Amino acid sequence: MSATGTRTTTTGTAVAGSPPAAPAPRPRRAPRPGRILLVAVLTAAALYFLLPVYWLLVAATKSNDSLYGSFGLWFDDPRLWDNLSRVFSYDGHVYLRWTLNSLLYAGVGAVLATLLSAAAGFALAKYRFAGREAVFTFVLAGVLLPSTALALPLYLMFSKLELTNTYWGVLIPSVVSPFGVYLCRIYAEAAVPDTLLEAARVDGAGEGRIFFSLVLRIMTPALVTVFLFQFVHIWNNYFLPLVMLSDDRKYPITLGLVTWQQAADRVPELTQYTIGGAFVSVVPLAVAMLVLQRFWQTGLTEGSVKE
Amino acid sequence: MSTSVQPGRARSGKAARGRRRGRPDRKAWAFLGPFLALYLFAMVVPVLYAVYQSMLKVERSGPMGLGEPSVGFAGFENYSLALHQETFVEGFGRVLLFGIVQVPVMLVLALVLALLLDQVSHRWAGLLRATYFLPYGIPGVIATILWGFLYVPGVSPVTSVLGDLGFQPDFLGYDNVLWSVANIVVWQFAGYNMLIIIAQLKAVPQELYEAARIDGAGPWQTALRIKLPLVRPALVLTTVFSIIGTMQLFAEPLVLKKVAPAVTTDYTPNLSAYFDAFANANLYLAAAKSVILAVVAMVLSFGFLSLVTRKQRSER
Repeated sequence: MSATGTRTTTTGTAVAGSPPAAPAPRPRRAPRPGRILLVAVLTAAALYFLLPVYWLLVAATKSNDSLYGSFGLWFDDPRLWDNLSRVFSYDGHVYLRWTLNSLLYAGVGAVLATLLSAAAGFALAKYRFAGREAVFTFVLAGVLLPSTALALPLYLMFSKLELTNTYWGVLIPSVVSPFGVYLCRIYAEAAVPDTLLEAARVDGAGEGRIFFSLVLRIMTPALVTVFLFQFVHIWNNYFLPLVMLSDDRKYPITLGLVTWQQAADRVPELTQYTIGGAFVSVVPLAVAMLVLQRFWQTGLTEGSVKE
Repeated sequence: MSTSVQPGRARSGKAARGRRRGRPDRKAWAFLGPFLALYLFAMVVPVLYAVYQSMLKVERSGPMGLGEPSVGFAGFENYSLALHQETFVEGFGRVLLFGIVQVPVMLVLALVLALLLDQVSHRWAGLLRATYFLPYGIPGVIATILWGFLYVPGVSPVTSVLGDLGFQPDFLGYDNVLWSVANIVVWQFAGYNMLIIIAQLKAVPQELYEAARIDGAGPWQTALRIKLPLVRPALVLTTVFSIIGTMQLFAEPLVLKKVAPAVTTDYTPNLSAYFDAFANANLYLAAAKSVILAVVAMVLSFGFLSLVTRKQRSER
């Protein structure tokens, strides 16, 4: 079999994150004029996607005055370090607090969401019980429910239960991921062999032990995908914390930066702090995206591939 | 069980114990339980509660309604109030128009990039893919803050460069601001959708491409005749997500509102509901609007799904 053929089988069976068996030769070269067009389009797209991030990098090094007075795409008396230390120290280190909050909401929320989705997805894939399909359809409906249409209803209910303006108000809704259950079911169906479960049962392992020591390991690629999805989803979420939280010490970064941006009329230096704060929050994520993007390719289309 | 296992089983007491336990399928509910409980608590019950709230209203007793306010049953009054509110309905029209333009533009861009990356050497493809995907990691509000700076004359290098070239774009004007929002959404999600399409392309057996090449198909023909039909499921998935995303439009216009007076408090249905709840203190009307929004989003995505599956079936 050719090298390309081997590659197909590895990706085809969706072994996530495993490198291709051999560097695939890319024999197909478009003819010259097509080649130029190809490079032009890809470069233009790269410039488009990088433009705001590059602007942010430049702007973060500027003073509040030169933000308005100098050309936006080039440096002018760079003072990045000074700017960033002001971002962190402003208002009793509130920015640091927001960062920790964001990490708490997104980190803890995504871990719990992944575990819950894995257990539910596994159960839906590998057990036969009455009501299985009904439960699955019921969960799928949740995928189609827009999360921001849900934020207000959640607020209405949580305010009755006095859960608003608490960490729980943001955390509890974040651990529910119907899409995660969907992905986990599809993946478990394809990747967890029935014979393996049978063998483990014969060896006397309980269902819980099978799940924690066997199934979770096999499902790791899908779990990484679900975790990353949910992490980004919670990290980026704006509406839910906006309606839930009134104490700015509980804010995540997104909410905090918007309050700075909105208050810049009264406190002009907040414009620079908003930019600096955005820079600080974007850089680690940008690096993470570069490193982690290959995981996104796994499991994403597991379900849609089947026709 | 096959007979060959029997001797092994006889030797192992552990295995015999394993056999005696009840049917494992009963354990399914133990695995489902935690998720279902939280799903009910954080998604299903709130929706039901919102439906209930949407049927309530504040009633005032006494002469000229000056007495003690009390909560009474309103039936569908809030719904009819919402649907008769011209600005609310206009907001729906606006997001529909937005979606009709923005979703195809974004998906075509994603598709073109995915197909083109297939033609580039491995190393470059990886780097470019990561570059295109990068905006997905930037929260919508932060992306909006960034683009906001690029839209505002005075700070923006874009308007200053265009100004030097003789253009005077008004990105935040009444006619343009919707498309300025669309640009932010395209910027954020084109790379994400591209990645979904690429994942689908990779799942296609390479033999298919080889066969096409042997049959004399060039790269363009391969892309149009073979790859395009094959990524159809990925396109369906991304379209449904985009429809849901469009209906939710909230953070981007809210943040742009500060620099763009054209963005009103009723600019999108979501904004309208938010301002009813938190600025006008009419929770019941806000609940009705949320329910309308959720229903429209689900009808649209279900509608699209059944449309494509029906078409698929008739094609076969």
